[in-house]
Amino acid sequence: MEIISLIKQVPDSTRVKVDPVTGTLIRAGVPSILNPYDHFALEQAIKLKKEHNAKLTVLSMGPPQAEEVVRLALSLGADRGILLSDRAFAGSDTWATSYTLAQAIRKIGKFDLILAGMMAIDGDTAQTGPGVAQQLRLPQITFCNELKVEGKKLIAKKLIEGGHEIVECIMPVLCTMIMPHEYHPSYPSFMSIYKAQVEKPAELWSLKNIDAEIKLLGLEGSPTRVDKIYPPVSKEKGTMYNGSPSEMVEILIQILKEEEVI
Amino acid sequence: MLTISDECIGCTKCVKVCPFGALFMEGKVAKVNESCTLCGACLQSCSVNAIDIPRTIGTVDISAYKGVWVFIELLDAKDGKKQIRPIGHELLSAGKGLAAELKEELCAVLIGHHVSGMIDKLASYGADKVYLVENEMLQDYNTDSFSAVMCALVSQYKPSMVLYPSTYVGRDLAPRVATELFTGLTADCTGLSIKNGHLLQTRPAFGGNIMANILCPEKRPQMATIRPNVMKKNPPVAGAKAVIVTVNIPIDKSIIRVKTVKKLIDESHGIEKIDEAKVIVSGGRGMKDRNGFKLLEELADELNGAVGASRAAIDMGLKPKPHQVGQSGTTVSPTLYIACGISGAIQHLVGMESSDIVIAINKNPDASIFNVAKYGIIGDAHAIVPRLTEALKNRKKA
Repeated sequence: MEIISLIKQVPDSTRVKVDPVTGTLIRAGVPSILNPYDHFALEQAIKLKKEHNAKLTVLSMGPPQAEEVVRLALSLGADRGILLSDRAFAGSDTWATSYTLAQAIRKIGKFDLILAGMMAIDGDTAQTGPGVAQQLRLPQITFCNELKVEGKKLIAKKLIEGGHEIVECIMPVLCTMIMPHEYHPSYPSFMSIYKAQVEKPAELWSLKNIDAEIKLLGLEGSPTRVDKIYPPVSKEKGTMYNGSPSEMVEILIQILKEEEVI
Repeated sequence: MLTISDECIGCTKCVKVCPFGALFMEGKVAKVNESCTLCGACLQSCSVNAIDIPRTIGTVDISAYKGVWVFIELLDAKDGKKQIRPIGHELLSAGKGLAAELKEELCAVLIGHHVSGMIDKLASYGADKVYLVENEMLQDYNTDSFSAVMCALVSQYKPSMVLYPSTYVGRDLAPRVATELFTGLTADCTGLSIKNGHLLQTRPAFGGNIMANILCPEKRPQMATIRPNVMKKNPPVAGAKAVIVTVNIPIDKSIIRVKTVKKLIDESHGIEKIDEAKVIVSGGRGMKDRNGFKLLEELADELNGAVGASRAAIDMGLKPKPHQVGQSGTTVSPTLYIACGISGAIQHLVGMESSDIVIAINKNPDASIFNVAKYGIIGDAHAIVPRLTEALKNRKKA
């Protein structure tokens, strides 16, 4: 069995701060991490690799420094790691990203299963996974939390409104993974980092390594445009009250009456 | 134009799956006629990749695309029948204003089996026209069948925009359709307006720390997903009627590749509850422990409301995940939202700030939650909430 795991390096959005004066994002000092949803999906891929003696390739797209997450995946147990990086890919929206990743996957060739996080925490779109599936004409199962492989069949437990659904599909298929609520990503030991660095270098692919229509890449291949980026507008501050708990309760009752809640 | 190369082995699979009868056999190879809508349903059926739809690179004639469409998601009701998910009414309400400004029609897309009874309801929320696609293969949502139907409808009727709910279904379907049709899709919009004739889509990014305005200037249709409880619902207009366009799109079962084995509906699932509650009493890290949340549950009971929680409280295990309000949880917009011991991280605020009335109770006068609250109470929720519950009980008795 051959598995491809799609991963992305993201700024840790929980640690992004906004400059209170200019309203712009303060990115300096914000660490880059492997997108946690992708991290969980990668761990599932590694588990399946062990169970089924599969070959696992990780694929990422991003600036040269995104090689870090490819190396991380290699030290965690991936067999092959590829970073797609080229100035021609810059400015890609989810359409162009899906296209570029799909062209790279076509170049990788054989696969039975593609795994990705349901979304990345910087853009929160959840569009790239299904986009890649459609580019490759693959079936997709989104928002999965459990996967099982039986012969040629993939069985998944996925979220639906108000519960779960068990679905099955003959591979090849692309699945996007949610992550468990209290998820603590695993990190490699020093020795496995060292071993991976020596034995499994990350491959750097540029435009030359894939067959792609240049007009479908980067900014030009992106149907959407960012018109403006701005800080969230803060509303006018309401009325503030301060006093003893019983005074506050009186005021609250008054408010609830005025607002016709009671 | 769809092309079939000489790789064709004459297997006839594509002829069977074409919803429009546009493919036929001529000798030992497949051919295409003018009924082809470029919906792409045949592409996945071809085992030798002989079929291709070359994409229009560069600008398309956007003036040929007219109409504001809303994809209507159906939910399983308690009696096993289907019903319109309320977000459908919210999107029709939002679409109405956009359609009026563009002087275009507002259209609902209704896909299912025996669903025509819902048309008047869609008309009452403003739909001028309803595209109706019914057959037994469309009883339940499936990625393959629904994306084939949507691609076919869009290719044939050319709307200027399509709005989808940002739900498990909408987020599964919309990116497939946008990818296939080579057009733009913006996720999780919180605002929609018109700028120079284009759809201006506003969405939060970076966990709500910034807002971005997105345009899709050169491709059509413009597509967006919108979260439930973000757009305000218009009051329904009784007796309104819509023009019905019935489209026959037969679905061959071979195109359905992912099959449902079993559905497990969680009875105690809280999403629906906080999604639809008129009153929400919500707690954060400041509620400290489960006993703190018990105080909130008692107050919520008294106000016929539901209990919500911030991500911090969920992370502390004080409430299960379905109760989470915020960007990574559920977006809510109740009549009354009482935030207790919630500091007001931006990721929480984007999930509740469209509530009609926000009351915040917090010990820290500088907490950001006060920036979105109509009424700010500086004090300890542990002391105030039980006294308030008591006072409400006494009022009822009196």
